[in-house]
Amino acid sequence: MIIYVLLTTMAVTVVALARLQNLFAAVVLFSVYSFLMATVLFALDAVDVAMTEAAVGAGVSTVLLLGALYLVGGMEAKPLARPLLPLVVSVAAGGVLAYGMQGLPAFSDPQAPMHTHVAPRYLEQAPKETGVPNVVTAVLASYRSFDTLGETLVVFTAGAGVIALLRRRRKRKGAGDAR
Amino acid sequence: MSVIAAHYAYWITLALMVAGIYIVIARGNLLKKLIGLAVLQSSVYLLYIAPGKLIGGTAPIIAQGHSVYSNPLPHVLILTAIVVGVATLALGLALVVRIREAYGTIEEDEILAQDRAEE
Amino acid sequence: MRDDLVLRVVAKLLIPFMLVFALYVQFHGDYGPGGGFQAGVIAAAAIVFYAITFGLAAAQRLVPERIVERLLAAGVLLYAGVGVAGLALGGNYLDYFVLAADPAHGQHRGIFWVEAGVGITVAAVMLKLFYMFVARGRDAGDA
Repeated sequence: MIIYVLLTTMAVTVVALARLQNLFAAVVLFSVYSFLMATVLFALDAVDVAMTEAAVGAGVSTVLLLGALYLVGGMEAKPLARPLLPLVVSVAAGGVLAYGMQGLPAFSDPQAPMHTHVAPRYLEQAPKETGVPNVVTAVLASYRSFDTLGETLVVFTAGAGVIALLRRRRKRKGAGDAR
Repeated sequence: MSVIAAHYAYWITLALMVAGIYIVIARGNLLKKLIGLAVLQSSVYLLYIAPGKLIGGTAPIIAQGHSVYSNPLPHVLILTAIVVGVATLALGLALVVRIREAYGTIEEDEILAQDRAEE
Repeated sequence: MRDDLVLRVVAKLLIPFMLVFALYVQFHGDYGPGGGFQAGVIAAAAIVFYAITFGLAAAQRLVPERIVERLLAAGVLLYAGVGVAGLALGGNYLDYFVLAADPAHGQHRGIFWVEAGVGITVAAVMLKLFYMFVARGRDAGDA
């Protein structure tokens, strides 16, 4: 199926991303990876999430990374020794996660616990109670609107933080900019 | 073999997570670390959404002619997670820009060497 | 890049469609995929495209920085204001069913205003981030 091809391509892209030293190529590969992730999410029927990941991951993240890359300059230094310890640590963490994932239900099982608890109630009641056919929007904006308020505040705080970090005083660059 | 086929999405999620962790730990360039962090966050989105899919179902938008829908709850959580992820990426990039202006480099070992030389 | 003819023509053709598409995604988030976040990012992307093609100064004449900063806060205040309206009309904070005579219609109205607040804040933040990163590089002595 198409999902298997896309997932394999994503894994290959990330391995190439880890090995590249040219940071511009790494940013472009990250954009490719985000776009493949959006396609996989669409194939998994998550249309809202796919649209957001395509717009935010392949769009805004890439623009911000390119902007920062222009300001800091382009090549990564060669790693000094073979990074054996990080490889062992990562694979060990992966082993622990694989052990934990044994308990997950099989792919697409309608009797899995996540499909029998709260989700059927939302799917049945949301159009009647809110008048909105898109259940994701209804849950996001009505049933769980406190979470969305917190998220809007997080976005606002990120904007305020970047303004505080990157704001320019009215003097030329290099005149003691150590605030 | 059927164990791998039924769980292929989970195995790839695991591989992406391990790759993301490796990039964050093993690379010394700050920008590469941030990209690895973004890869790690993306793999978590896949981990949440893959179990919610029902084969033969459709997107959770109530319409005529469909009775099986994918689970809408992970979609809501991951929408929030994506936007929070880009917010943290933006703040991290602003910090990298300031570090570059203060130290002249974004390689982690050179920054630590400069700090140690100052002490 | 403002001397490149192909880019200028394509930008002038595409940017109105991008802005209209952002409004479509915002207001049809109830009936199809969409909502505040996607619409805000698409609207910011249209202005970023304009800035890349015609220069940062032109974009800042079109959407000045002070307006972007005020929109950033206005979106969050709109969202919180819907909550306070719920309090004022007799329910709890962020109750929507008190906003109209029919509870389902009240929910629809509340969802509309809340998504509008989210869209405004996200669009302003993404655009402001782009402005900040580009302006930092301009002061380093290049056009």
